[in-house]
Amino acid sequence: MIIATKVSKQFGKLKVLDNVSVNCTKGECIALIGPNGSGKTTFIKSILGMVVPDSGFITFNGNNITHDWTYRQHIGYMPQIGRYPENMTIGQVIDMMKDIRKGSTGAFDTDLIEAFNLDKLMQKRMRTLSGGTRQKVSASLAFLFSPDVLILDEPTAGLDPVSSEILKEKIITEKKKGKLILITSHILSELDDLVTQIIFMNEGKLQFHKSIDIVKTDTGEEKLSRAIASIMSKY
Amino acid sequence: MQKILKYVIADILRNRIVIAYTAFLLLISFAIFNLEDNPDKGLLSLLNIILFIVPLISIIFSTIYFYNSSEFIELMVSQPIKRKTIWLSLFSGLAVSMGVAFFVGAGIPILIYQANTAGLLMIVAGVLLTIIFIAIALLSAVITRDKAKGIGIAILLWLYFSVIFDGLVLFLLFQFEDYPLEKVMVGISAFNPIDLSRILVLLQLDVSALMGYTGAVFKDFFGTVAGIGISLLVLVLWIVVPVFLSLRRFKHKDL
Repeated sequence: MIIATKVSKQFGKLKVLDNVSVNCTKGECIALIGPNGSGKTTFIKSILGMVVPDSGFITFNGNNITHDWTYRQHIGYMPQIGRYPENMTIGQVIDMMKDIRKGSTGAFDTDLIEAFNLDKLMQKRMRTLSGGTRQKVSASLAFLFSPDVLILDEPTAGLDPVSSEILKEKIITEKKKGKLILITSHILSELDDLVTQIIFMNEGKLQFHKSIDIVKTDTGEEKLSRAIASIMSKY
Repeated sequence: MQKILKYVIADILRNRIVIAYTAFLLLISFAIFNLEDNPDKGLLSLLNIILFIVPLISIIFSTIYFYNSSEFIELMVSQPIKRKTIWLSLFSGLAVSMGVAFFVGAGIPILIYQANTAGLLMIVAGVLLTIIFIAIALLSAVITRDKAKGIGIAILLWLYFSVIFDGLVLFLLFQFEDYPLEKVMVGISAFNPIDLSRILVLLQLDVSALMGYTGAVFKDFFGTVAGIGISLLVLVLWIVVPVFLSLRRFKHKDL
């Protein structure tokens, strides 16, 4: 579904992405793992077209994304730090997104808005929101259009345990519908019952892309967190 | 395009700065026309104030607006929308709201007191200047990432077009005073939209008779319909070129 071929990106002298080639297929839930500054977010942003790679290309369903912007209607993106027009209320932001993406899907998936009780906060302005509420808005927007691909950058960072459990449940239900889910997180214990594949990045390079069972047998660990810890200590 | 434009304009109007700017222009225009008993002289005073204020407000407001809407831009870029649409909506939103602000604030008083060629030309020049400086502001803002630096550059650009450029031209004139520079001056004025607008409007007024030989040469060029047409075309180029360059830059910008 998403194929990245030899994607490289440099910010000044720093090589953020170095010849990254990945093939993500439908129905998988892929965890992007790596130390801070290993290029995870930059990779996600290049899939979304927010960062333009210096070399290499990315295709979505066989179409090169540099010449085609419509593919983004199949993606729901939850950024690491959700940045929204500060003067708008939650309701206005949601209405605006509905208005802009109208036509891509008929019905709206408002499960998360209801589960997070956002309907009571609709009048609140974005600048007054706490980090956690902002994350809830980001998550609700990512799932709102029931896209085929969900890209979640640190989805549970800043969420309280109840809300992060709600979000996890939602991810699992979407996964069962056969959607491609790309997720980055540092809280590995959370990923345990979610992911089917692991992409491990370090210093902008792709270290490996394996299914979770292989990772577990390779390292001889039962828990994902331990398995990753033992891999990370090697790099 | 219209959808995003709608949100940009709604956001700018909520800002209230544009409304304050309109009120300020209205106040100045009516004050000047009521203080001067000769509307021709009133137009001249208003011209000088407008050529000073309009570029300043347009360039600074647009720069700050661009940096303040970085969140909005970021949000839009991750949605199924062309970058070109986002950029042109942002530009048109600024151009429409600031253009209307100028028209209401200065255009209507001019139409009331001085509805002749000079007045009309001044309204056209004012609207064009507004859009030109929005285009320049967006170009400089899209190149510089840092907000403080971007606003600094905007102020410097304004200073250049309204003060430094004239200084350089004067310097040039004194250095080469032995040569006939009158015709060259017509060409040089094309490099500064503020000067071009000033000459354009000034030559419609009687005061141009006081400008000596240069005034006569200017009158020969800017006084004709062809001259006015060419000048307006140059002003339009001052919009098209920065918008084109900034669009090209924005298409490849990392957000």
